[in-house]
Formats: sequence, C-alpha cells, structure tokens
Amino acid sequence: MKLSVQPGAGRWKAYGMLLLARLKEMYREPEVVFWVFVFPILLALGLGIAFRNKPADVCRVAVVDVPEAAKTIDLLRTASAAGKVRADVVPHSEAFNEFRLGKYDLIVMPRVDGFDYYYDPARPESVLARTVTDDSLQTAAGRKNSIPTVSYVSNEPGSRYIDFLIPGLLGMNLMNSGMWGIGFALVDMRQRKLLKRFVASPMRRSDFLLALASSRLVLMVIELVLLLGFGAVAFHIRIVGSWTSILIISSLGALCFGGVGLLTASRAQKIESVSGLINLVMMPMWILSGVFFSYERFPALLQPFIKALPLTALNDALRAAILEGQPLAHQAVRLLVMSAWGILSYLLALRWFRWT
Amino acid sequence: MMRTMDVAIRCKGLRKTYEGNVEAVRGLDLEIYTGECFGLLGPNGAGKTTTIEILEGLLEPSSGEIEILGNHWRTNNRELRELLGISLQETRLAEKLTVRETLDLFASFYRHPRDVDEVMAEMELAEKSSAWVGKLSGGQKQRLAVATALVANPKILFLDEPTTGLDPQSRRQLWDVIRQFQQRGGTVLLTTHYMDEAERLADRIAIIDHGLTIALGTPAELIERLGGHHMVEFDATGKVTGDLETWRALPGVEAVHEEDGRVVLTVREPHETIPALLSDLQKHQRHLLHLTTRQASLEDVFVHLTGRRMRED
Repeated sequence: MKLSVQPGAGRWKAYGMLLLARLKEMYREPEVVFWVFVFPILLALGLGIAFRNKPADVCRVAVVDVPEAAKTIDLLRTASAAGKVRADVVPHSEAFNEFRLGKYDLIVMPRVDGFDYYYDPARPESVLARTVTDDSLQTAAGRKNSIPTVSYVSNEPGSRYIDFLIPGLLGMNLMNSGMWGIGFALVDMRQRKLLKRFVASPMRRSDFLLALASSRLVLMVIELVLLLGFGAVAFHIRIVGSWTSILIISSLGALCFGGVGLLTASRAQKIESVSGLINLVMMPMWILSGVFFSYERFPALLQPFIKALPLTALNDALRAAILEGQPLAHQAVRLLVMSAWGILSYLLALRWFRWT
Repeated sequence: MMRTMDVAIRCKGLRKTYEGNVEAVRGLDLEIYTGECFGLLGPNGAGKTTTIEILEGLLEPSSGEIEILGNHWRTNNRELRELLGISLQETRLAEKLTVRETLDLFASFYRHPRDVDEVMAEMELAEKSSAWVGKLSGGQKQRLAVATALVANPKILFLDEPTTGLDPQSRRQLWDVIRQFQQRGGTVLLTTHYMDEAERLADRIAIIDHGLTIALGTPAELIERLGGHHMVEFDATGKVTGDLETWRALPGVEAVHEEDGRVVLTVREPHETIPALLSDLQKHQRHLLHLTTRQASLEDVFVHLTGRRMRED
C-alpha cells in the first residue's frame, strides 16, 4: 500500500505515520481482531443464550407407586397449575434413587388421609416444586384463597440479564484491549529494541505516545459500535442514553486503561513478565467490578474499595448511560474516578518509563 | 587518502560502569575524522556496543566528554539526531509492516529524509517493497535496518555489527553500500568482530579489548607495527612448541607464538626464513607435517597484543 503522506507534510506527519503504522499492525494481527472484536461478541452471545428469560421450568415430581397414586395424578391434572407440574408414578426405591440423581425435584408419598413430601431445602427447584405441588393439590382439593391476587408477567428490555451484561462486557473489553493493546505492545517493542531504535531517531516521544493513545480511541469506537450494535440486533437491547455521552464515557475508559497499561509496561523487559502483571491488575476487576454480576453481592465493607476501582466506575457509568439515559453531569464521581486513575498512571508511567 | 582533518566525533576519557561495578568502558579517547570509515574492532564483550551506544546518545556515560559535529548530547539532542543514521545491533522491526511502510515511517521522523524508493533501490530491497518485514530473510532484514539509517540522509552513519550473521554475498553487498555512502562524503563508525571487514572497509581502526583501546591506526600501520608482514605457520615431528625461543633465532623472525599446537613466526622476509627453517628441521631429523605462509592480518595484530585470538569459535 502506498502511503499518501509526503515528506515535508509538517509537524504532525510523524504522528500520523505512527498512528497509521499502529493501526495496520493491529488489523494485520488475527489474534488482535479475535480478542478485541470477536471474543466479546461470542461471550455476549453465549451468556445471553445461557441466561435468557425463558418460561419457568416444569416441576418434575415422582409419585410413589402406592394404591392412592392414581388419585393423586388425577388431582394434579385438574389443578389450575396443571402445566407446571409433570408427575410420574414410580416405584418407591426408584423414586428416591432418581430424586438423589436430580431427575426429580420432589417425591410425593400419597397416604390415605393426605400426602408426605420429600424435598431438598438446599435446591431451589426442589423448594419451588414442593410449593407448586402443594398449592396444586390443595386447590384441587377445594381450598379457597382468602385474599384475591393477580400476577402480571414483566420481562421488558432493560431489566434482563443481557441488559446488565452488555455494558459490563463493553467495560471489560475496553479494559482488556487497553491493557494488552498498550501494555503488551510496548513491552514487545522494548524487547525487540524497536523503542530504542525509535528514540535513536529524532522522533518526538510525545508523538509516539499520542499515536498509541489515538489508536486505542479508534479501536474503542469500533468495539463500542460492534458490541452495542450486536446487543441491539440480537437481544433487542434498548439504548436509552445519548451516543455522545456513551462515546465520552468509553473514551475516558479507553484512555484511563491505556494509562494503566502504560504504567504496567513502564519497566518490564520481557513480554512474559508484563503478561503476568497485566493479568494481576485485571483479575480483581473482572471479579469485583460488576462485569458478570452485581458487586452489591460483596460485603458492605468492600463497597467503597470496589467503587474506587476504575472498571467499576466505567461499568456503572456505561450502565447508567446506556440503560437509564443518565446525563453525564450526574455521573461526575465516576468520571472523576476514571480520570484520576488515568492521570495518575500517565504521570507515574512517564516518570518510570524505559525506552531502552 | 582523501581526508579533510575536521573531527566528526570526538570523545575523551569515556567511562561506563554498570550497576554491579562492571566496567564496560574504561577511559576511551577517540577522534574520528569527517569522511572516514572508522572501525571499532574487538572480541565480543570488549565494550564496542557500549561505546557506540554512548556516542549515539542512547546510553549515559559514567564520565567523559563527547562532541559530535561540534554538538553535545545534553544541549542539542534533537538537532544531533537529525544528522545521524543509526543501525543498532539486532533490532527486530515491526513484522507486520511492509518494507516500504517501515521506511516511510522512519523517513517521517526526519526533516530532510532521502527518497524511500532511492534507498530501497540502493539496498536492493525494491523487489521486496511490499513484503512484510516478518517474511524477509536475515540478510534482507539487516539491509532494511541499514536502510532505516540511510533514509535519514545522515552525515554520520553508526553501524553496530552490521554484517553479523550474514552470508558472504550479503556482507559484500553491505560493504559496497557503506563505501558509496562514504564516497558521498559521509562519515561511518562501525563495530565489528570480523577482521576482514575491518581490514577492507575501515580507513582507521581502534582495537578494543576490556574497555580500552589497545591499538589505533590504519590497518596497514597496525600490521606494520608487528615488524613483519608475513606469517609462517608450521608443525613437525617432535614437540615443536616446546621451546619457542629456538625458532626466534632463525633469520628474519620478529616474533614467535603458538596457535593450536603449531608454531607461528612473524617474519620480514619469508625467502630468508623458510630455507633456514627447513635446514634446521633436517639437521635435527624432524619431518615437516605442515607449512603455510600468509600475509599478516589484523587477527595477528590482536594475538600479538593480547596473546588471545579474537574469535574463539
């Protein structure tokens, strides 16, 4: 490919060429394309399917084969919740054996004057089966509700797991590609003595770092559009907030993690050692920062620490903007947390950075 | 020899001590003139790379002064970088960029770069201009590394072991390029541990060992200092290396040493020494097993100065 920038094109020529070179190197690397663009979408697809909202499971019930068993089956069939219970008549030993193996959620032992239930309180589906089956049998036997109640189904876009997941994946992806795209790339160049070769020329170091940061922003836009676009098409995710605010939050996130990546790479001489460092930095945030599940599950004592992590701030800000349409002004604290991490990292990195 | 006596590179009392008190360079003085090709010759670990990287402004010396084209690294870093073309030892350039993209990138760093096509043609890389760097052969990669230095349109070319690991044809090709650069008025500083390279390419040589200059001059001068231009190497029955001094008494012998179980004589006139040697052997009824004569080389100079061979392989 012939490059269009001609010698003497001015102050920003070197910056432009460095950016162009960086982008070309990335899109010519199949692994980068996979991890940055394909992997998050596969992850979203897999988790979206696994945790999709589906009709409630049918309770599987074993009715022990005694003379009253046939009557029990009849009662269950006439109950209003008939579709929610699938009952089989099985011999006593088989019933207990298969309950143990998880084929049945509940064993019903009919007696002359009622029923015995055998269930496992540690298994949610077993508890549910007991309640549903008991309700069915009682209602079928003539129980009347003392208070009238009505239930409505609610699974609107915005409150499903996939809605929670997609912004989290976006945040995680911005972290991953920032850390690897900057941290790993820099140490690789240092190990190849390419950084040393660059500083042996009159190249401005600021141009080089700026080009690296810009390449992250270009990639960020593609990541953002791909993942949110995929969510919208495949899972009908509704993007409530403005694209401008989402773009601003993502840029801040990308630059913040670019800074952390730069800091991680500031002294390491070997790609093996920087790989370990990058994983060490990212691991706690994968777990704590609410990518796959809400960090509210962690003890209250940990909450201030978790909220101070850059990925938590990014994920929270993305969710608030994408799902709730919260304006940026209401997210000042989260944006500040990201900026603080980014600026601190850049400053320390520039102080410690080794070009040779 | 055509040479203006302007000094392109001057260093005085150059020292470099690494952490752990390893003294890589221990007080080096050099003056390299404009338009000459100057060779730093020495075995691996002699301090050549440390010296050239200090001169290139990539390493901070522990002490000493450096002046390059009248400038100092501390005050004129960027200006100096515009004037220098540098090829480091073993730089692995980005593998997924093409030859042309790599050269375009490096050219963009300079205010007055050379035309990329012209440099590619000169380095015989034009055919490979759109090949990825990762797909080039070792020789082509090395030529590209030198091309990134030439594209700077430099006044001084720094080459650190430019032909290490190259096949003979690629080496000669690179020598031609270096000579062309010199003919256009450029100054070259190169390090090498190849004697023949230093002998053929360099106008002047500094032989470096353990961080010190142990000899300085033109290749001819250095060989001249051995006292003789010829080397006579022989082996015979009986232990010929037992008492080296007996051979020193032969006519025309300037020096004697042992190499791989053979006796090596440094002689002024082989036609005087060899007949005397043969008759001496005959007198003692010893049979000649091996006899060669050759022109003295820089290798012999190094052995003479240090008692060691420069290349241990």
